Amino acid sequence: METLPQLKTRLAAAFPKARLEIVPNGSPGNPDSLWVDAASGLKVAGFLKNDAALQLDFLSNVTGLDWLDKTVTEKVRVKREFKGQEIEVDEILEKIVPGYLEVVYHFYSTPLRHGPLVLRMRTENRTDRTHLPSLVPLYRSAEFQEREIYDLYGVIFDGHPDLRRLLMWEGFADHPMRKDYCEPDDYEYEPTPHGALLEKARRHYPREAAHG
Amino acid sequence: MVDFAQPENAFKPGLPGAAEPACRVVPKYSDQGEREGDWLEISMGPQHPSTHGVFRMDLVLEGETVIRLKPVFGYLHRNHEKIAEQTTYLSSMPYTDRLDYFCSMTNNWAYALAVEKLAGLQVPERAEYIRIITAELTRLQNHACLMGFLMQDLGAMGTPLMYAFREREKILDLFEALSGARMMCNYMRFGGCRIDLPPGWLEQTRRLVADFPRFLDEFEALLTGNEIVMARLQGVGALSRELAINAGISGPMLRASGVNYDIRKVDQYGIYNRFEFRVPLGAHGDCYDRFMLRLLEMRESLRILEPALKDIPSGPIIDARAKLRNFKPRPGEAYGRIEAPKGELGFYLVSDGSANPYRYRVRPPSLINLTILEDLCLGQKVADVVIILGSVDIVLGEVDR
Repeated sequence: METLPQLKTRLAAAFPKARLEIVPNGSPGNPDSLWVDAASGLKVAGFLKNDAALQLDFLSNVTGLDWLDKTVTEKVRVKREFKGQEIEVDEILEKIVPGYLEVVYHFYSTPLRHGPLVLRMRTENRTDRTHLPSLVPLYRSAEFQEREIYDLYGVIFDGHPDLRRLLMWEGFADHPMRKDYCEPDDYEYEPTPHGALLEKARRHYPREAAHG
Repeated sequence: MVDFAQPENAFKPGLPGAAEPACRVVPKYSDQGEREGDWLEISMGPQHPSTHGVFRMDLVLEGETVIRLKPVFGYLHRNHEKIAEQTTYLSSMPYTDRLDYFCSMTNNWAYALAVEKLAGLQVPERAEYIRIITAELTRLQNHACLMGFLMQDLGAMGTPLMYAFREREKILDLFEALSGARMMCNYMRFGGCRIDLPPGWLEQTRRLVADFPRFLDEFEALLTGNEIVMARLQGVGALSRELAINAGISGPMLRASGVNYDIRKVDQYGIYNRFEFRVPLGAHGDCYDRFMLRLLEMRESLRILEPALKDIPSGPIIDARAKLRNFKPRPGEAYGRIEAPKGELGFYLVSDGSANPYRYRVRPPSLINLTILEDLCLGQKVADVVIILGSVDIVLGEVDR
């Protein structure tokens, strides 16, 4: 398979509007990945699938990732007035880099037997703009995996034919795989007939109950 | 066709666990609005003997024919991935046993492979041999039991399954001698294996491998030519080659549809490139092909086991650089996958340099192989749904994670 920079130049020529970036992998011996913007994600995936030199027809794995907001400190030189004079001082600014949700795709090719090609897409933020294009029109294998990511991370896949929760029950509000998910304390509390019976028994025997 | 947009036809899956009737009659109307008959909605599972665990299918039937099928998951969900992200790398190793609880050895191997890729560890020669031997033994017992379960689903109550379980017991005895546990082996470690083979183990395994073809011949003579088996399995649940690739089907199911893709051959992880074995392929992709393919794969596993048991060298069983305590791989990501008996089992790990994985993802072959369950079952009889599901080979511990 061609290298990732070569593929990137070919993709950039084919889709001039697409924003492509190679994300380096810090782990030696493991492949780098290609980040593509959400708007052109489906087109790029179609290219990967149909291109004669790639033929990446097997979408093996779809993974959700959650990156929290990061606080980045930055040293800035600013002018300040001090005892009537204007001097230059260093000031440390704290900036919040907004977090995002990320979806990682691992592609393989069954006829050419190469891979994996790792593709990533990122949402704009973690709260209200969590839309990504669904790859189900191209790859059926994404169907349950995208449902799982929608369920556990809250990424909304536009174009998915049946976007429902996969593992958690309907009516469950949160997304448990997110890094800031907090499990409720009374998770397993449930009023049961057993409790109601106890209450009835207490009313039936007031004196015993009063003495505890 | 059913118009599910009509409120009276609305198909409501309902909450899992909610007290719903197991079946419901839905009136069916023609285009002119005349009543034509009824559909039957059936909630098959989660407590149903043929679903191989707590799995539910919401079926809509017209007579006996399936016109809609929606699988419902999550009854065994414990968020394995979240739990793994909250502990160290090594403490997830025993928990991988519980994914596909029939094949704990291959689960261990897939996870160890991903971590070895992430941390750049080398596996010593002897450990590679032990891994291959245990993985192929796992494949033998998984495939044998699957065939037994499939026969059980067909109505051959007990006998073929017990024949398969008899062989499985022998393999589990070997696993017990090796790791101390029969099913939850927790045997592999990053960069090798936990303990060396006990004395006499190889001899016992050689005897098992020498005896195994007898069982296969017996099984084959009993089942493959059986009239009922052929009538029920052939032509049922055919999966096309294109759909199989597109839907990410892997393992014996993919090869039953005629796709020559075996990760043991493609990736050549471990030392599989040193062994001669063939990859059986199916011609029709129906249940019978999936059934036969497992039988043929068992014979090929024996072809791997024989030389592996002969050539196994002595030496260390774990990489000296592998640290069991304070194991912190450098930031990065790795995807390791193996050909598990159920299909492509992959682990995707993202490290942020700490002792816990930042992201730990299991690519479950059982779940992804169920993507096409509805396509296989549409238009089939409801009794065939049981067989089709049986031939997919799922374990709910892995589907729901």
